[in-house]
Amino acid sequence: MPLSLPHLLRMFLLAVCCALGSAHAAPSAETLARLTDDDSDTRIAAIAELGAEGSAQSVALLDALADEALALTGAGRLVILTDTGALDAATGEAIEPYPDDADPLMINNRVRNALQSAKAATNIRASDRGTRLAAAQLLRDSASELLMPILEPALAAEQDKEIRSILALAVARVNLASAEPAKRILAAQRLGDSSDASVKAMLATLLDKDAKGQFIEPDTEVRAAAKASVQAIERRLAMADLASTAFTGLSLGSILLLAALGLAITYGVMGVINMAHGELLMVGAYATYVVQGLFRTHLPEYIDSYVIAAVPVAFLTAAAVGMLMERTVIRWLYGRPLETLLATWGLSLVLIQSARVIFGPQNVEVANPAWMSGGFSTYADIVLPWNRVVIIGFAIFVLLLVWLMMQKTRLGMFVRAVTQNRAMAGCVGVPTARIDTLAFGIGAGIAGLGGCALSQVANVGPAMGQGYIVDSFMVVVLGGVGQLAGAVTAAMGLGLMTKILEGWAGAVVAKILVLVFIIIFIQKRPQGLFALKGRFVED
Amino acid sequence: MKTRRSFIKALTLSASLAAMGSVSTLAHAADTIKVGVLHSLSGTMAISETALKNVALMAIDEINAAGGVLGKKLEPVVVDPASNWPLFAEKARQLLSQDKVAVTFGCWTSVSRKSVNPVFKELNGLLFYPVQYEGEELEKNVFYTGAAPNQQAIPAVEYLMSKDGGEAKRFVLLGTDYVYPRTTNKILRAFLHSKGVADADIMEEYTPFGHSDYQTIIANIKKFAAEGKKTAVVSTINGDSNVPFYKELGNAGLKATDVPVVAFSVGEEELRGVDAKPLVGHLAAWNYFMSVKNPTNAAFIKKYQDWAKKNGVPNADTVVTNDPMEATYVGIYMWKQAVEQAKTTDVDAVIAALGGQSFKAPSGFTLTMDKTNHHLHKPVLIGEVRADGQFSTVWKTKEPIRAQPWSPFIAGNEGKQNM
Repeated sequence: MPLSLPHLLRMFLLAVCCALGSAHAAPSAETLARLTDDDSDTRIAAIAELGAEGSAQSVALLDALADEALALTGAGRLVILTDTGALDAATGEAIEPYPDDADPLMINNRVRNALQSAKAATNIRASDRGTRLAAAQLLRDSASELLMPILEPALAAEQDKEIRSILALAVARVNLASAEPAKRILAAQRLGDSSDASVKAMLATLLDKDAKGQFIEPDTEVRAAAKASVQAIERRLAMADLASTAFTGLSLGSILLLAALGLAITYGVMGVINMAHGELLMVGAYATYVVQGLFRTHLPEYIDSYVIAAVPVAFLTAAAVGMLMERTVIRWLYGRPLETLLATWGLSLVLIQSARVIFGPQNVEVANPAWMSGGFSTYADIVLPWNRVVIIGFAIFVLLLVWLMMQKTRLGMFVRAVTQNRAMAGCVGVPTARIDTLAFGIGAGIAGLGGCALSQVANVGPAMGQGYIVDSFMVVVLGGVGQLAGAVTAAMGLGLMTKILEGWAGAVVAKILVLVFIIIFIQKRPQGLFALKGRFVED
Repeated sequence: MKTRRSFIKALTLSASLAAMGSVSTLAHAADTIKVGVLHSLSGTMAISETALKNVALMAIDEINAAGGVLGKKLEPVVVDPASNWPLFAEKARQLLSQDKVAVTFGCWTSVSRKSVNPVFKELNGLLFYPVQYEGEELEKNVFYTGAAPNQQAIPAVEYLMSKDGGEAKRFVLLGTDYVYPRTTNKILRAFLHSKGVADADIMEEYTPFGHSDYQTIIANIKKFAAEGKKTAVVSTINGDSNVPFYKELGNAGLKATDVPVVAFSVGEEELRGVDAKPLVGHLAAWNYFMSVKNPTNAAFIKKYQDWAKKNGVPNADTVVTNDPMEATYVGIYMWKQAVEQAKTTDVDAVIAALGGQSFKAPSGFTLTMDKTNHHLHKPVLIGEVRADGQFSTVWKTKEPIRAQPWSPFIAGNEGKQNM
């Protein structure tokens, strides 16, 4: 999106022209004084001068201002505060003793914008590719006639293909207003490579007519080129829209799947209506929180890998809680669904209250590690946040784990055997009671893994599980009881459906529509998407 | 036999002890004034309201240490309505009819206030409501120490439209789905119309309480902003949804220099759970910031931090103060002044004495309770988020301004300004 063309750029270029001769002078006291002015315009002009001057000291000064490390002492001296001490703003010499009364200068968004533009104009000549790329992107979004003296030489000197194409777009954006039709045609064609909605809006104005019914753009060829480019951008934006809806849908689906997989085992396979399932998610999330706390106090240098350590801890803690629940309460109630429902609901209240007593009633803070913060841009400027990408990958990993366990291990075989025919399995020597406990423990442990993942995107609090219990049952029931494939299809389907509806009708209505859909679906097909085939012995 | 007799003896002894105990509590009760504290300590609003309970208890401790009110100690009665709106009404009734509190400090969301209003009216109680809200209400039994729309929402949007605020031309009105965001956005829409902003340049979106997936909304904001003209977001999201919202905002790379977000219900306390670095430059409008520099505020912060340490508040070394906490603190002292002036805790006498009370607030201004409309005259401050989760003030009013609980931007409100 375009930064509103700041007239600081104009001042900036004036300053470039004036300063070319005196490129290495230290910043003048007068410029420094204006940097501390109350009026943003004055400050922005001073920033532009410093940026144009481009000496090492000026760049350091601008960096310090952007980091709010530029401070004014009580005596009115401008200093740069660093981790180790204070430096004089004009000369860069260290100041002794440290000025305790130094008060950092505040900046607002307008000044911050000016700082970024000034930095970009210097950084476009940097040797580091990443720095240049970021600068080029910024210049592309704020390209104007005034920036041409910077853009054209930068484009000529640039070797990197990606940065070249970005700079070429920036130049084309300016040339669109050129007086020569040939240049305009070229620019209009070139801008067809953009995937920015604001460029589309810019090109579309060329196709408009003025009040007298005359085209604003007199040249038909330019109009044709602009029209083709608008269509190309529109196609690309539509694709990007689709892709980003698909990604958000998959992301929500993977979260639903992680929340529901544990239930797919305990309810789907074992037939236990476990109302405390949401609280097992909560146990996993709190386990993650505790691991984070331990890393913070004992291993602060490895804090970024706490999530990896939290995965097994969350699994084992939730599995232990689950097995305890099974041994003490649930095993006495097999085959009595109503009593199980009430007993597990009671257990869920006990777990919520325990979390309140141990960790306090407020939400706790679970921070994303650095490698899961931020995102990366892909095709057409869609930003995919890392935490969501990692969670999609994690969901696939957990799914694979469950599938392998159920299909390829002896334990999985026993679980399936007990599910299909408990009496016969017992007769051939399967220890059914132990299998029940283990299977319930595994289901609970998987819920713990889900909680670990949820802690990275949602709030962690004692009652967090309540919000997921309905969603989890929705996924399992919709998918068909006892089917992993059903749970996957249902989770992804619900995720995509919610996101498509949300984009169209808003979050509140989307939630209602999804619930209505499920009610109707279950009426028409009570066995869910996938039903088990074959002969079963009901207990 | 012997055991039974000794058992009876023990029973009589303990019964008489218990009787003495209850007599002494009765005598004790006459020496104290009960003060109700009605804030959610669990559920989605606990993130915001727990600190208000803490600051109320701190102010009560402080008043008791200085000799109490009318020579009597204040006795706090804390209840937890658990972010459950009907439960607010139940707990309010319990405070008024069972505990017989003289005054109650409580509520955050407007829906909770609307839920307790009839109870306070019926039992003639006295409620101090410390949070900015949408106006459109004036109750005899309620004093509003937070901001009305003209003391927060309108100046914030005016700032966004100003040169320093980025000259925004398009607006996204984003909120939690209940009465406060809906009414505020209705007022803002009318205000934007009056400034010549067309409906096509306004996008309105709501999410349920506790919503945690903001991907679609952030994508929609990006799309809306890319259609040209400078865009700003006005957020009235309440409670713990703010954490996932700001996390997603940071992760999606939507920077304040491109699309600034100004929030009305996000303060220092809500940002404690978020990495503030990607959020630098986003805005909040309040009547107080913890970063305000003046001796009253420095003392206020120090008192609260010491109190938190002494009373074992979790994470006591990082506690922060914020606007509704300041409003709670001011409210308690204004009530104390009014009681001392009326020489009684009788609700009607205190209500009559409250108008015109003034108090030097931590914001650095002397706040006055309006004589006719139960609202404070408050200054407006607009702050940008800093990397440490605090706010730096980028704009403020010179004087406290009078509240207009009935917004002139809603038709039919003319002539309704006073009680």
